[in-house]
Amino acid sequence: MSVAETKAEKLDGWNRPPAMEPEGEGELLEIAMGPHHPSTHGVFRMDVTLDGERVMRLKPVFGYLHRNHEKIAEGAAYLASMPYTDRLDYFCSLSNNWAYALAVEKLVGQQVPERAQYIRVILAELTRIQNHAASIGFLIQEMGASGTPLMYAFRQREKIVDLFESLTGSRMMCNYMRFGGCRVDVSAAWLESARTVVAGLPAFVDEFEALLTTNEILMARCQGVGVLKADLAVNASVTGPLLRASGVNYDIRKVDRYGIYDRFKFRVPLGDHGDVYDRYMVRVLEMRESIRILEQALPAIPAGPIMDPKAKLRGFRPKPGEAYGRIEAPKGELGFYLISDGSPNPYRYRVRPPSLINLTILEDMCLGQNVADVVLIFGSVDIVLGEVDR
Amino acid sequence: MAVDQDLKIELGQQGVFVTTLQELYNWGRRSSIWPMQFGLACCAIEMIATTMARYDLARFGAEVFRPSPRQADLMIVSGTVTKKMAPQVVRLYNQMAEPRYVIAMGACAISGGPFKQGYNVLKGIDRYIPVDVHIPGCPPRPEALMQAFITLQKKIDEQQLTGENRPRFLNENAQGEFPVPEPAEHDLEPPSNPGVWNAPVVIR
Repeated sequence: MSVAETKAEKLDGWNRPPAMEPEGEGELLEIAMGPHHPSTHGVFRMDVTLDGERVMRLKPVFGYLHRNHEKIAEGAAYLASMPYTDRLDYFCSLSNNWAYALAVEKLVGQQVPERAQYIRVILAELTRIQNHAASIGFLIQEMGASGTPLMYAFRQREKIVDLFESLTGSRMMCNYMRFGGCRVDVSAAWLESARTVVAGLPAFVDEFEALLTTNEILMARCQGVGVLKADLAVNASVTGPLLRASGVNYDIRKVDRYGIYDRFKFRVPLGDHGDVYDRYMVRVLEMRESIRILEQALPAIPAGPIMDPKAKLRGFRPKPGEAYGRIEAPKGELGFYLISDGSPNPYRYRVRPPSLINLTILEDMCLGQNVADVVLIFGSVDIVLGEVDR
Repeated sequence: MAVDQDLKIELGQQGVFVTTLQELYNWGRRSSIWPMQFGLACCAIEMIATTMARYDLARFGAEVFRPSPRQADLMIVSGTVTKKMAPQVVRLYNQMAEPRYVIAMGACAISGGPFKQGYNVLKGIDRYIPVDVHIPGCPPRPEALMQAFITLQKKIDEQQLTGENRPRFLNENAQGEFPVPEPAEHDLEPPSNPGVWNAPVVIR
């Protein structure tokens, strides 16, 4: 059996959509969408082959933002990589911090104090809300509603970003979490302002939904577009809202129960059809669930230390070994895989980026669709190029 | 060629508006800078935040982000320029119509920033294209981007239409196309454009 046949058989098992055949006679048109294209979130290229308006093939081209994150991290001390993790998925710097801190804590076996766990949950859920709001805004903008939903999303995002700034000193690149805790303690005033922001969030989501959910144009453009079947999504190891929109109940907050997520009551929203509309809906519902978690976490935050007293900042040399820490980042499963050889810097440092792995399925979602819908399907995957190329 | 300020005020009180062609021309140009919709990395998010309701870049006449370089006056290099992306950035700059301006936004666009030691990161876009305003920061705040806009507007205000100091777009002998670097075995070839950038001389 030749290599090609084995590959084809393997892909059959994945339940991929069949390759497209051109209809009638005529030439195929190849278009390079990107790296500078108004719809691509950053610098990404799709080489699309078209038969008329239909997509026959789609080849993603990565690497326009490859910034050597992993290689730099292997030459730097463990803590020195923390600011670089901010710049992976630059919408969700705090989730990235948490995933990396979790991996190192697993590697050295550190415990995180109660108060720090609560702070982490609060910050991660705020991050999720602002990421989902912005990604829906971008999705609708790509549909042609230039500006308005994105402005609503960013108006709310600014309030959350203000909270990050007053706590960590930076709007986007927070660099906040440390191995075994957090960098600075939250004040009572910060918690009060966080409560004010969270109290305003349900009204924001209501307004967002009133504008969008039953909007006829949005439904016409989104429903039945870019369908991703559940078995294909699982086989391609897609995670996050993209997977849950296809109806697979897999949320690492529920599966791993990392941190203190087992203490909060929240549901995992699932889609039914796996189309763009379901992805939009799952994100909106996840925002509501995040608000529920925040409403439970903010009053319950205990007093106490925010750093593990045994945490070592100087001379940090983990024992030889390996660890994989993963969290449910807003875009999917974000994991850090570390191998230590006993030196101050990791021997191997690997990021499992949700954006890149969710993007591998792009062609299968786009085959047979109109070229205008490719932009929409791409937007609904919700990627950030800093994480795709690293 | 400036009009006497006192005379201008006096005439203004009489309902007569006096100006020079240069002032009028530059006023029109600086009040309608159209940036290119071109995000590279993290700084692009702050660039988008600047155009949104809170910071409202429209106050400076610069809210019309054009997707095509042909319609844009200003390129905001917002983020890390990698060696794979640098040729496209120069090509996009070449496609823009004169007069054109460049803002290098953030540490990465200025010098490579935190990723400077990486093997794939260009150490500053000013090696290939002329940059008008540099804004440091990682990422710069929206206020910093607005400051860059105001700095650029001041720069446009001061441009002379005639004479030796006239800007590049009015000088037929000035360089119009900038050479696009090609990927070579180890680095981009050429590693910099000597007409734009020269390595700083270290005096020991």
